[in-house]
Amino acid sequence: MLGAALAKGGDMAEVFAEDRQTSGAVLDDRRIEELSSGRERGAGIRVVVGETTGFAHTADLSESGLLAAAEAASAVAREGGGGVRTVALDARRPVDARARILPSSVAKATKLELLSRADDTARSTGDAISQVQAGYGDSRRRILIANSEGLLAEDDQVRTRLSVVCVASGDAGMQTGHESVARTEGYEIFERVDVDEVARVAANRALSKLLARPAPSGEVPVVLAGGSGGILFHEACGHGLEADHIVKDASVYVGQVGEQVASPLVTLVDDGTVTGEWGNFTVDDEGRPAARNVLIDKGVLTDYMWDWLRSRKEGRASSGNGRRQSYQHLPMVRMTNTFLLAGEEDPDEIVAQTPNGVYVAKLGGGQVNTATGDFVFGTMEAYLIENGRITEPLRDANLIGNGPEVLRRIDALAHDFDMTPGTCGKDGQSVPVGCGQPTLRITGVTIGGTAA
Amino acid sequence: MSDLAALAEAVVGGAHSGEQLEVYVARGHDTEIRAYDGQIESLSSATSSGVGVRVLLDGGEEGNRLGFAWAGSLEDDVVAVAVAEARDNAAYATPDPSVALAAPDGVSAAELDLWDPTLEKTPTDSKVDIALALERQVRGADPRIRQVSSADYGDQRIEVALASTTGIRSFTRRTSVFLSVSAIAGEGSDTQTGSGFSVGRGPSDLDPERAALDAVERSTRMLGAEKAASGRCTVVFDPRVVSTLLSVISGALSGEAVVKGRSFFAGRVGEQVATPTVTMVDDPTDPDAFGAARYDAEGLACRKNALVQGGVLAGFLYDTVSGRRAGRVSTGSAVRGGFAGTPGPGCRALVLEPGSLDQAGLLAAVGEGLFVQSVTGVHSGVNPVSGDFSVGAEGLMIRGGTLAEPVREVTVASTLQRMLQSILHIGSDIEWLPGIAAGQTLAVGDMQLSGS
Repeated sequence: MLGAALAKGGDMAEVFAEDRQTSGAVLDDRRIEELSSGRERGAGIRVVVGETTGFAHTADLSESGLLAAAEAASAVAREGGGGVRTVALDARRPVDARARILPSSVAKATKLELLSRADDTARSTGDAISQVQAGYGDSRRRILIANSEGLLAEDDQVRTRLSVVCVASGDAGMQTGHESVARTEGYEIFERVDVDEVARVAANRALSKLLARPAPSGEVPVVLAGGSGGILFHEACGHGLEADHIVKDASVYVGQVGEQVASPLVTLVDDGTVTGEWGNFTVDDEGRPAARNVLIDKGVLTDYMWDWLRSRKEGRASSGNGRRQSYQHLPMVRMTNTFLLAGEEDPDEIVAQTPNGVYVAKLGGGQVNTATGDFVFGTMEAYLIENGRITEPLRDANLIGNGPEVLRRIDALAHDFDMTPGTCGKDGQSVPVGCGQPTLRITGVTIGGTAA
Repeated sequence: MSDLAALAEAVVGGAHSGEQLEVYVARGHDTEIRAYDGQIESLSSATSSGVGVRVLLDGGEEGNRLGFAWAGSLEDDVVAVAVAEARDNAAYATPDPSVALAAPDGVSAAELDLWDPTLEKTPTDSKVDIALALERQVRGADPRIRQVSSADYGDQRIEVALASTTGIRSFTRRTSVFLSVSAIAGEGSDTQTGSGFSVGRGPSDLDPERAALDAVERSTRMLGAEKAASGRCTVVFDPRVVSTLLSVISGALSGEAVVKGRSFFAGRVGEQVATPTVTMVDDPTDPDAFGAARYDAEGLACRKNALVQGGVLAGFLYDTVSGRRAGRVSTGSAVRGGFAGTPGPGCRALVLEPGSLDQAGLLAAVGEGLFVQSVTGVHSGVNPVSGDFSVGAEGLMIRGGTLAEPVREVTVASTLQRMLQSILHIGSDIEWLPGIAAGQTLAVGDMQLSGS
């Protein structure tokens, strides 16, 4: 197959085969509305010729189906060296699913009980809870990657998640609250995860905002609670440290390795090896082992994140950050679990030493323009800080800042730490990622509320 | 009969007694080409297909139960497994008298020609040339253009067949082509970005020059941008931003969101929800609309639905289930995200009745304010349940009725409810962009700008 893909010439050929099974259920408006099951199998074939990548995919895993895809992918190699090439592959290393309880072995009715329990608990949290949607999902993704450099690798990734979204209704309208748990593990997560607690957190988040006042506008000191999202670093510098942006000079962090790009308190790590976290795997979608990569060490930029294509240009090794949504997509540089290491201060002290500002207990999503460094991130639960105390709840708003500027303005870091799961979208592809951070303070960032 | 329709027919023929069955069969052929630095960075081309099956178990008085399964293949054995899985899943759903499959309602589909036969015959080399020319044009347009981070050509041919035991038979096919380019402009240490698009049904509809010039103008006019001072002001939104805003508002016009108490429009039909100049329709029968379609995602004819007339809320969009739950009928508005998704009500071609002013005339009428050319953080800062609105923005100040100095790293905020009541001018410049809503310039008063 790899030989066929390189028949017209080319530097590298790769086959990525995937078999993905999913199951999910949604409880909404007090009813189990939808149980769904899905199955997808196929292979993506990539041929790299100089600076050009040809790609084709097929759901037909027969020899003829794969050969047709290989031929389509190699069409870019219009004038290559050609000739017959044989590839010797390394012996396989079998990988077992790291799930102790495969979700497919659990009865559907058992999974539905989780949702009913979440619904009951959320509704009993407060009379103002007017609607609850609870979702359960699991997936098993088996992948095999082989390339003409002799690589042969496999992985078996099992992921399980539960989410609760509540609506609370009051005199001033409706508010929403969201909470989820998501792990690269099997059904055993529910031995530890307290479903009632997940539901209560979502419900309280909606309830507290019923009394919320409009968020302020202008630049304010902001304290982010430990594990409130970590999305700050994902957006403020994570994307900007992806080598595909770097090699195209489309990042504010180009040429900054060795430079002080953040407060000395900041040590930022991207680590695909953290067992069970949402962005965890054994090998990436190019067959490279997951790795722990220090990106910023005490404020100094140490390295970017790399995939096969971009690392080849620099004559170095991939950092295990080549990922793709499915066999229908080309891999690119993606984050895994990205987190800021904890500091030494007491989280309560950080709040107490902030005379006035905003305390963010939970962040939503965000977005960045890597070329300018400008980024936004939204709040899902936030409060005013007045005289060093957390006071009134605030309505949702986006905060906006510039990556390098905000990183320099981090002046306090606590010893607490937590991770949050998320879905990262880039160039039309979504992959699961983890974000983490301790409680920290930014001396000034612009908050986009409606209050003057 | 197309092979897809024949397959759908065969699956429906296998329904058991006591159940209803619906099958959605889709096939897509995609080509994507990315040019970079005068070369083809990547070229991918592939066909993918799949099936989504819904089985409804008839529960008589108690109500019906619905189950769903999908598979990324049209192989007989794979489809058979999906049918069995959907049937099994249905057994676990909560019985609900509102649950039903669509049945023919006598409305005939608009005669729309959404298939450009020239696309299939266009050789890949011509598509490559379009992508290369697009990139070249941007690079050569202005010495301040430093990089073209992506210059993409893409096309798609989609065929969908739907059949059900309730008598639905529909077959649709459509082609679409797009160009998208992102430019990075620089002057000294200043870097700004801008993008351009062009869409159509076939290659001859594309306007690469306009896409290129758009990207160049939007990036270069932002050079020198700084934060603006906080305050309340009139905001004029660019057509592209308005398309995004209407898409968010469409979430609150979904009959499902309304019956489940997740829309700020719930219970407000007949009330003045917007300024009297606002008339909003969803009209997928408009052949110019990007989202034009003959049939909805349950096989009913798409139709024109008035949602707001003279500022008064006129109604909502329903699919079969949400329509029954609301005591109404489907408005032919079911949409789904491909074969792996289940249908729900949604817009395809939402548009505001145009006013009399083009963009220049509208800026002159506004006099002073902020022109927003792009927004970020829409998914994290706009909530269609509460109506809270806060987004990152960049653009240019409006002074003396014309565009003045550029502005970046600010937010604009309000609530969707208040924005609809504060619409000052609606542009005459309707532009159909990829997505579910039209773009046109829009002026909204009394927004909170948050900056320095």
